[in-house]
Amino acid sequence: MAFIEIVNLGRTVGGRDILKSINLKVERGEVFALIGPTGAGKTTLLRLIDLLDAPTSGKILFDGADTATSTQERLKVRRRMAFVLQKPVVFNATVYENIACGLKWRGLGGHELQRKVDNLLDMVGLAEYRRRNARTLSGGEAQRVAIARAIAVAPEVLLLDEPTANLDPVSASRVQELIARAGDGKTTIIMSTHDMAQGQRLAGRIGVLVGGELLQVGSSRDIFTLPRSREVAEFVGVENILNGVVVMNEERVVTVDVGGKMVEAISDYGKGEAVLTCVRPEDITLSLARVSSSARNSFAGEIVRVVAVGPLARVEIDCGFALVSLVTKRSAEEMGLAKGRQVYATFKATGVHVIKKDA
Amino acid sequence: MEELWYGLVRAVQLIVSLDPEVMEITGRSLSISVTSTLLSALFCLPLGSVIHFYRFPARRMVISLIQTFYSVPTVVVGLLVFVLFSRAGPLGEMGLLFTPTVMIIGQMLLIAPVLLGLTISGLSGVDRAIADTARSLGASAFQTAVAVIREARFAVMAALIMAFGRAISEVGLAIMVGGNIRGFTRVLTTAISLETSKGDIELSLALGIILVAIALIINLALNRIQQR
Repeated sequence: MAFIEIVNLGRTVGGRDILKSINLKVERGEVFALIGPTGAGKTTLLRLIDLLDAPTSGKILFDGADTATSTQERLKVRRRMAFVLQKPVVFNATVYENIACGLKWRGLGGHELQRKVDNLLDMVGLAEYRRRNARTLSGGEAQRVAIARAIAVAPEVLLLDEPTANLDPVSASRVQELIARAGDGKTTIIMSTHDMAQGQRLAGRIGVLVGGELLQVGSSRDIFTLPRSREVAEFVGVENILNGVVVMNEERVVTVDVGGKMVEAISDYGKGEAVLTCVRPEDITLSLARVSSSARNSFAGEIVRVVAVGPLARVEIDCGFALVSLVTKRSAEEMGLAKGRQVYATFKATGVHVIKKDA
Repeated sequence: MEELWYGLVRAVQLIVSLDPEVMEITGRSLSISVTSTLLSALFCLPLGSVIHFYRFPARRMVISLIQTFYSVPTVVVGLLVFVLFSRAGPLGEMGLLFTPTVMIIGQMLLIAPVLLGLTISGLSGVDRAIADTARSLGASAFQTAVAVIREARFAVMAALIMAFGRAISEVGLAIMVGGNIRGFTRVLTTAISLETSKGDIELSLALGIILVAIALIINLALNRIQQR
């Protein structure tokens, strides 16, 4: 029995389905990230898990027991968790009192309380703000107070809603460090984020939530390299998603007809199957002349656009179908990649991920 | 014009010399209004919280009704209390009419709508996320309510000051149920109204200046709190 088990969970507000039949198991000590675009239902799901709201359908089992019980029982379960809301909210009180409140509500007082709070203040680096009103802190500091306040109660489950969404990069990395430290193997962490990289960095497993549906759950590696649907592929940054039909499958090497061009990939799908072939832009190599290599796919095309993205250049090519390739800016300069230039786009058959097209 | 000047000078002299009668009336006014404000708050703050936190049918109606009574005429409350406590009234047995006690009771009723309404709107002004945060940190329903009330403490304080201001400045109720008995139920407002009609402008002006000073202090306090 998983630590937290979510069965057919749904929530409807004002006739709109925010969550549709979510099924999820989270084990004790796991760091799990919910990723998905804004409005996908991540906050709603976290609020349901924290028993702040009641689901419209389905149930949540916590440590094997159904949570749809009395207010008193739900409070008991909620006290084993802590939830950091997306918008850092601090009480209009000192930083010390803010961090102490969860422990006070659990009946702790005296020296024990003081010792614990002082430890936490040191941990989040806010010891010198002890007596300051928390309302006067910056957004990043307030979020650190919010996280310290949650960690203070030593929760078995720590829920974090977009913990770094509203923060500048420096504050965000400090907060991420705190989260990484809280994931000590004993605390179960469930966090939501729309930042894929953050999910990948912090979480062991990831669930992709789009439009109220949990589309895919798996290790972060699987999610990023083997997305199971177009929505997931798009969300995890696979920019090349090509419609095609399998024309041949020989010992799992398939040939897919993409608008008349043949793309080779590794897959189990048989002849006649409508599929999506996914190629990550960083897996596509560009060259000015046809190169002979072990890569099975090489297409001639014309550059449509080159856009600088930080240290990289995003090159859009038309080779019968549109392809996007990411190369370093330096490569782009040395090769003279520019609009109108003829290039060859090359990628390996193993770099292509094939998804069955939904009916 | 000369009369007014002379009156003003005499009034200031009365205040500066701490004239016993002026001090006595001021003290009674303050003690009656402070008492009525605190006692009324004792009932209204919890009741306002209950109205805010518990969802019940006709809740919006109740709140509208409370707001309607913000500016209920003081003489109407005075009439009600008079009828209740007059010899033949249902509470006449207690013999409280024309005592400071019944003035306090009347003021409590008079300011209750202001206290209730401002408490409710103060609590409604607290960010919803505060209640969510408290619950998510393991607060029970009661602990959550306390946390929200704590957040609204400045709004509640402002409500207390507003209520006190209304209590100390009203005259209709005080004169109807207090009777303006010298040395017993005479307060600032009733004294001013009586002394003016008797032609003692000096005393009236002195008491008026004190009343305005109290109003000024109240407003300064209110501004300070609302800036938080």
